[in-house]
Amino acid sequence: MRVSVRWLRDLVPGLEGGAGELADRLSMAATGVEEILEVGGGLDGIVVARVLEVEPHPDADRLSLCRVDAGGEPADVVCGAPVIEAGALYPFVAPGRSLPDGLVIEERAIRGVTSHGMLCSERELGLGGDASGILRLPDGLEPGRDLAEALGLPDESLDLEITPNRVDLACHLGVARELAAEGGLEARLPALGGPGWEPAWADGETEASAAGVTVRIEDPDRCGRYLGAVIRGVRVGPSPAWLQGRLRAVGARPINNVVDATNYVLREMNQPLHAFDLGTLRGAEIRVRAAGKGERLVTLDGKERKLGPEATVIADAEGPVALAGVMGGEESEVTAGTTEVFLECAWFDPTHTRHTARSVDLSTDASYRFERGVDRRAAEAALVRCVELVLATAGGKAEEGAVRVGPLPGPRTELPLRPARVRQVLGLDLDVGQIAALLAPLGFERSEEGGGAEAPTFLVPGWREGDVTREADLVEEVARRHGYEAFPSELRRVRPSAVPADPAFARSDLVRRALAARGFLEARSSSLVSRAEADPERPLELLHPLSAEEGYLRGALVPVLLRRLEHNFSRGERDVRLYEIGTAFRGREDAGGEVPAEESLRAGAVLTGRRRPEHWSEAVPDADVWDLKGLAGSVAEGLCGARLVPAAGGATGGAGPAAAGPDGGAAGPDPFGSRTWLGAERFVLEGEDGPVGIAGRVRPEAVDAPPWAGPVWALEFSLGAVRAEDRPVYAPVSPYPAVPRDLALLVPEGVEAAEVGAVAREAGPEWLEDVRLFDVYEGEGLESGYRSLAFRFRFRAPDRTLEDAEVEEALEGITRRLEERFDARVRSS
Amino acid sequence: MSEGARPLLERLESIEEEGLAALREAEDEEALEAARVRYLGRSGALTEALGEIGGLPAGDRPAAGRKGNEVKGLLEEAHESRAAELRREARAREASERDLTLPGRRPFRGGTHPVTRVIDEICDIFAELGFTRVRGPEVETEWYNFTALNIPLDHPAADVHDTFYVDEGVVLRTHTSPVQARVMQAHEPPVRVVVPGLCYRRDAFDASHAPAFEQIEGLAVDEGVDFIEFRSAIDHFVRRFFGPDVKTRLRPDFFPFTEPSAQVEVSCTICGGSGCSTCKGTGWIEIMGAGMVDPAVFEAVGYDPERYTGFAFGMGPARIAILRHRIPDIRLLYDGDVRFLRQLAGPEGG
Repeated sequence: MRVSVRWLRDLVPGLEGGAGELADRLSMAATGVEEILEVGGGLDGIVVARVLEVEPHPDADRLSLCRVDAGGEPADVVCGAPVIEAGALYPFVAPGRSLPDGLVIEERAIRGVTSHGMLCSERELGLGGDASGILRLPDGLEPGRDLAEALGLPDESLDLEITPNRVDLACHLGVARELAAEGGLEARLPALGGPGWEPAWADGETEASAAGVTVRIEDPDRCGRYLGAVIRGVRVGPSPAWLQGRLRAVGARPINNVVDATNYVLREMNQPLHAFDLGTLRGAEIRVRAAGKGERLVTLDGKERKLGPEATVIADAEGPVALAGVMGGEESEVTAGTTEVFLECAWFDPTHTRHTARSVDLSTDASYRFERGVDRRAAEAALVRCVELVLATAGGKAEEGAVRVGPLPGPRTELPLRPARVRQVLGLDLDVGQIAALLAPLGFERSEEGGGAEAPTFLVPGWREGDVTREADLVEEVARRHGYEAFPSELRRVRPSAVPADPAFARSDLVRRALAARGFLEARSSSLVSRAEADPERPLELLHPLSAEEGYLRGALVPVLLRRLEHNFSRGERDVRLYEIGTAFRGREDAGGEVPAEESLRAGAVLTGRRRPEHWSEAVPDADVWDLKGLAGSVAEGLCGARLVPAAGGATGGAGPAAAGPDGGAAGPDPFGSRTWLGAERFVLEGEDGPVGIAGRVRPEAVDAPPWAGPVWALEFSLGAVRAEDRPVYAPVSPYPAVPRDLALLVPEGVEAAEVGAVAREAGPEWLEDVRLFDVYEGEGLESGYRSLAFRFRFRAPDRTLEDAEVEEALEGITRRLEERFDARVRSS
Repeated sequence: MSEGARPLLERLESIEEEGLAALREAEDEEALEAARVRYLGRSGALTEALGEIGGLPAGDRPAAGRKGNEVKGLLEEAHESRAAELRREARAREASERDLTLPGRRPFRGGTHPVTRVIDEICDIFAELGFTRVRGPEVETEWYNFTALNIPLDHPAADVHDTFYVDEGVVLRTHTSPVQARVMQAHEPPVRVVVPGLCYRRDAFDASHAPAFEQIEGLAVDEGVDFIEFRSAIDHFVRRFFGPDVKTRLRPDFFPFTEPSAQVEVSCTICGGSGCSTCKGTGWIEIMGAGMVDPAVFEAVGYDPERYTGFAFGMGPARIAILRHRIPDIRLLYDGDVRFLRQLAGPEGG
């Protein structure tokens, strides 16, 4: 939304400061300024010229020769535009002068004829996008006159970011009010200099007639007010230069003097108006109604619109002639041949306007304003302003009688504003007089009838009725007028929060630290994924996704991290360790009025490539199952208080409720969504109440890896399993020496190492401090069907130095127990 | 095989086992040489045993000879391989003694995502002001996401063009603000919380928009919380986060759930306020939307708006990370490219 600085200065006499300063002041007082644009800069030396004669170029079909009067000696110019009219005015650049883009115009021969200068298009002058023809200037300008000066240029415009509550700032008067209040000045509409118009209103609740036109609002919900005036004998033509300059400064294209008048009032007072060619209205009748099913209308942009009952139309006796509050119809458009004009100035309901605009997928300057609410009370003033502007620029005579349909606005909204409330919310100690003085310049008057100094009331101006409806809204006005920057900065004493911290954050912090220390980099992936990364059983799907690739919410973290891994593979990275903490989603069947989704916070990690970074002193092998198991085990035990156990379907086929693979037959529960990726070597993080995570090798078909990539390993666990508060009780450490003993056992294949270790521990005395597997050997030299497990025992008593004999006895006891239990044999050395 | 060969074969086997262990585990070249002499030397155990083969009955000699040669081969191979390893280690030692600029053995570089680090810093600063960290669901009802926050359902923000729906009346939250309502429903004041989390808007993924993005919400509610406290808390945050030289300004804005509402801007961190492409020439950068909690929100959650007042704010940590690290495209944050993550991983070890 653009406003012109020159225009603002006209509305606020005495307004000082350049565009940059005004932008700053406006930003701090009311609304932000996105950008400051210069319009019509660099036009120095470009002048108004009259084309005296036009004849075809002797040597080129598409070129013409023009003799132009630019104030001095007539000059001959070669011109490539399709239509040049003798007697009309155009912008002209003499040789040696330049266009705004810096191009210097020189005398040069075009197909054998020398051109002494150039006539310019809108685009070449930087005044608009039209490059199709030479810009035709309004009549009445003196040849040789400086073009910029004639058009009221150069100007600067401020591109405002208008918040949804402040549609009143979408016009010059609205912005002028804020700047005037801020600077202690006054905003007012300047006189137009033409004849005045004092209408005699023909009122009606739903219908009224005047000047030969009958207006009926058939659905008052759709249209709150409808005012109309008739002007006869207009001469439609280009607007005067000053008016064209104004419109160009705010990025609008001049059309003709009648249409330009409506656009001018729109941008000045925020009231959208529409001009109909009265001669085209069948039955001299206006009806505001819902569109009938299947009705059609060709709008001003030349497009045929199919309408339905959600759209509101302006119809004549036979059918739709305009989309109410959105766009006029092509047939009733004001054109060069129009002599009688019907001017519409209405208040269309915001919601219905939105429905109308949406039904044809259109948004216009008018619909933007009606959707957000225009000033119901300003319709009369806006219509008078527009009629007077048409009379001033297109001549003709306005009928005195004018229709005014719909209820007249009632009394203005009156709202309380207690100084005590201002103190409570803002911390400002203001009395009622100070508050009234702040509000008055914005049009909020203190009501005479309102309560006293404790509970005064204020009247809301019409242009803020949609926005200011409660005391809180007035408090904001006070804060704004006081100036946000004028509030002091003093930290207060505060009471501590009654809301306990969510333990998920402490858990995330622990996981981040642990994984970062193990060489993992944190990724953040989008949680919007394709079907493949959603929960396999109960995917959570979006109703209106942007694309199929982003049509679901992720069901687990590992599949998403595998996509990130593929990204790294595609960049040639072979050693990759990534982790992520985030939410996994699945649908919920038994939602029963609740949100039909289950969310669970997870941590996931993937690793591939070398065990540690390459080093010149050695060949570093790729990470293998033991690296994964060590990582998962340290996470399980160190963070979660869980056990890591081999999962069903894994290499050694241990116990565990984990996912059955695609080859694993029965589909059991798959709480970590691992069925899609988990390969043969797999582990479960077994918590007290069941599995809290899963780890293992990623199946080759689950990740698109290049041939040079190493095996891919992954881990996912529930963040809820992480023990955020780990406060163990100290167990004394013994000051006595430890006695180590090694024991190599031959055990039948199929006996699991973990079980042998556990039994050995159990068989030992209380002072067996540690049992550690330090060597595994199978193959040559061993009896077939057996493997060798070598354990290192460390004995240490808390209260004495151990004797050799008792250690030997303990070791023998352990050995016997293992031999009995596993058919194991001590391997002689 | 006759019984007569068995003792020698058993001896050969134990020579093999002990010899291999001794050779493989030799700590240095001296120990390796000692082991070699002991097992393979002229008067070593193996040589001695081989010498005894001739004394066996003729029928037992071939088997014992084969075994003897096999053991000899294994021991020689073990010696050779250990010797090579020790030579290599020795070379490495010498090399390092010669040239200490050779790279050391580092672990892999792990670290924290730049957006996480921004979130953590923000939460830490607000922790100084007594704010606790809480969170809420990402799949939300329209009531929490819109209605409780004074956003009517016919508001453009609630439109299917801008908001992801998973079911009728159920959305992916478009901001972290619904957690405000959840927290206030569950607790009586004083409430002082920060709420980091993911939000979703129906924007195509491009250089400056992500359909899923992080936000941090803050909320302080109690008796006597006023605009001055709000302003001061924001000023404190900006000074701590951006440094003492960065200026803050608050200017009017609009959010349905705050009134008065403010846009918080800081002097441009790139140009220092003189105007550049990052701040579009204004010298200022928007970092958060904020304001005093609208009484309609208090009414929705059952707080007495005459008794309690408060302030709320929301900001985008991804945007702040982009400014801080001068990241040209928001998608880089979500690619998981290890070269990007390593650069911005923060202090070693996370």
